[in-house]
Amino acid sequence: MGGALYRQSAQRRWAALALLAGLTVLPLLLQAVGHEFYVSFVSRLLIFALAATSLNFVVGFGGMIAFGHAAFFGAGAYTVAILMENGISSALVAWPLAIAVAALLALGIGLVSLRTRGVYFIMITLAFAQMIYYLFISLKAWGGDDGLSLASRSTLGSLPLSNDAVFYWVVLACLAATLLLLDRITHARFGRVLQAIRENESRMEALGYPVHSYKLLCFVIGGALAGLAGALIANHGQLASPSLLQWTQSGTLLVMVIVGGVGALYGGVVGAATLLLLEEVLSHFTHHWHAALGLALLFVVFRAPHGIAPWFHRRFSRSKKNEAPRE
Amino acid sequence: MSEPLLNIVGVSRHFGGVHALSDVTLDVVAGEVHALIGPNGAGKTTLIHQISGAQMPDAGRIEFSGADITRLSMHARVAAGVARSWQITNIFGRLSALDNVALAVQGRQRDWGSSFRFWAPVDAEQPIIDEAAAWLAEVGLAGRESTLAGSLAHGEQRQLELALALATKPQLLLLDEPMAGMGPEESERVVELIEHLGRRVSILLVEHDMDAVFRLADRISVLVSGRLVFTGIPDEVRAHPEVRRAYLGDVDA
Repeated sequence: MGGALYRQSAQRRWAALALLAGLTVLPLLLQAVGHEFYVSFVSRLLIFALAATSLNFVVGFGGMIAFGHAAFFGAGAYTVAILMENGISSALVAWPLAIAVAALLALGIGLVSLRTRGVYFIMITLAFAQMIYYLFISLKAWGGDDGLSLASRSTLGSLPLSNDAVFYWVVLACLAATLLLLDRITHARFGRVLQAIRENESRMEALGYPVHSYKLLCFVIGGALAGLAGALIANHGQLASPSLLQWTQSGTLLVMVIVGGVGALYGGVVGAATLLLLEEVLSHFTHHWHAALGLALLFVVFRAPHGIAPWFHRRFSRSKKNEAPRE
Repeated sequence: MSEPLLNIVGVSRHFGGVHALSDVTLDVVAGEVHALIGPNGAGKTTLIHQISGAQMPDAGRIEFSGADITRLSMHARVAAGVARSWQITNIFGRLSALDNVALAVQGRQRDWGSSFRFWAPVDAEQPIIDEAAAWLAEVGLAGRESTLAGSLAHGEQRQLELALALATKPQLLLLDEPMAGMGPEESERVVELIEHLGRRVSILLVEHDMDAVFRLADRISVLVSGRLVFTGIPDEVRAHPEVRRAYLGDVDA
């Protein structure tokens, strides 16, 4: 007997480790077949996976439909770029500061926004994010419309981050650490409280939980992790672009979460991979690749309404069950 | 009588032009089962809302254990020792019965520490799980631990609702029609449970089942159209002419 809100099977842990091992050797494989170009593409995919995962924590586990996540993503990117502009290029300084700036911003926005709910929460988070977007395109000192470019990638000890494969491994480590952290959080006391708040907020208040504080902290954790993703994306293209702050960016992240699976640990990863792979593949054939993307989204909505990650998981466990009698 | 545990002084609450509560003064002493009766729309549930913190009164003062709690948030009142049940079942339908109660147990910060813990798996916290199972057994739900709360029968959900309130270990329990919609057998079990609890916990009981009220209550208050008409021991309430006219009249006729 156990209070099993989630049950993590050993099988799932092995699958995760196998995937991690595969992704770790991927740059070597790509080098062997002469497609190093894709290392940079997969790095970008993993960074977006991290950003979408951070939003999924807020939307899926916290039950808050936030439509301004780009603010934290962009804030992380600009923090790294502005620090580098001022001669601070150490990742050990700049990246934690990017996380802290995004977390503080999320604290401020969350304190005001969490007074509202439903559609008003969606609108107010969108409004805050747009305010920050317009602030940055009007600040000529920080690049305005053009964004702020980085002279080089951050320095991280003796690791040559300018090497795409090394940078890829650092990104992969950040994503893996984030997934591990969020997996632990969702199974710990805090995660159980969040899940129950999503289920029945007034009942949690009546059990003595300061519901508002739990939701705010969830929002801040999501913002902080988006700040880390922002720090990485600024390094990836050596640019902090205002488009990272724009509402379409918030929308893209939200679509990734919905496609991948709201509230599923790997939902953000699967969603980011789906969208970016579709874009990469389809854009080779046509400029109108968005149309095909639309069809793919329709498929998800009708065939896997909870997202691809849970759909895959259900398919997988069902086929296992069907096989059982034969063994 | 001993010092009152709950002291409601001149509490009023109106919604637009409707005076749901007008200048209600009432107390609950430690260890007492205090029943609140009155016709539908008399303001019984509204009064429970003011005490639990779901709503704040427009005027008046609410004291608990000597401290003014009139403006405290609901969660702070629970931490101080005031718990409630709802007239309409209010549980976590998609969690197991055991997880429902485990949340209530875990919420007692004074016993278990903060729930702002981010690393250790909560499933491994056996003492919390054991205590939750004990509360389920206490309300008669032993053997239903792993059933989803939403799949329990209506009467069982009412029992679970009670277990949630009890597991916060309140000093004062506000029960809003705990027997609503229950069969006679389930009602009997709840009456016995309240009789048993009455020695440990003070209870403010809103209930329409008059047999249960007269059996359980040490004192009864009668609320009519938002005004407190009378408070007394059950025999006084039975005999009181205004009460008979206002509320019991149709019962005795």
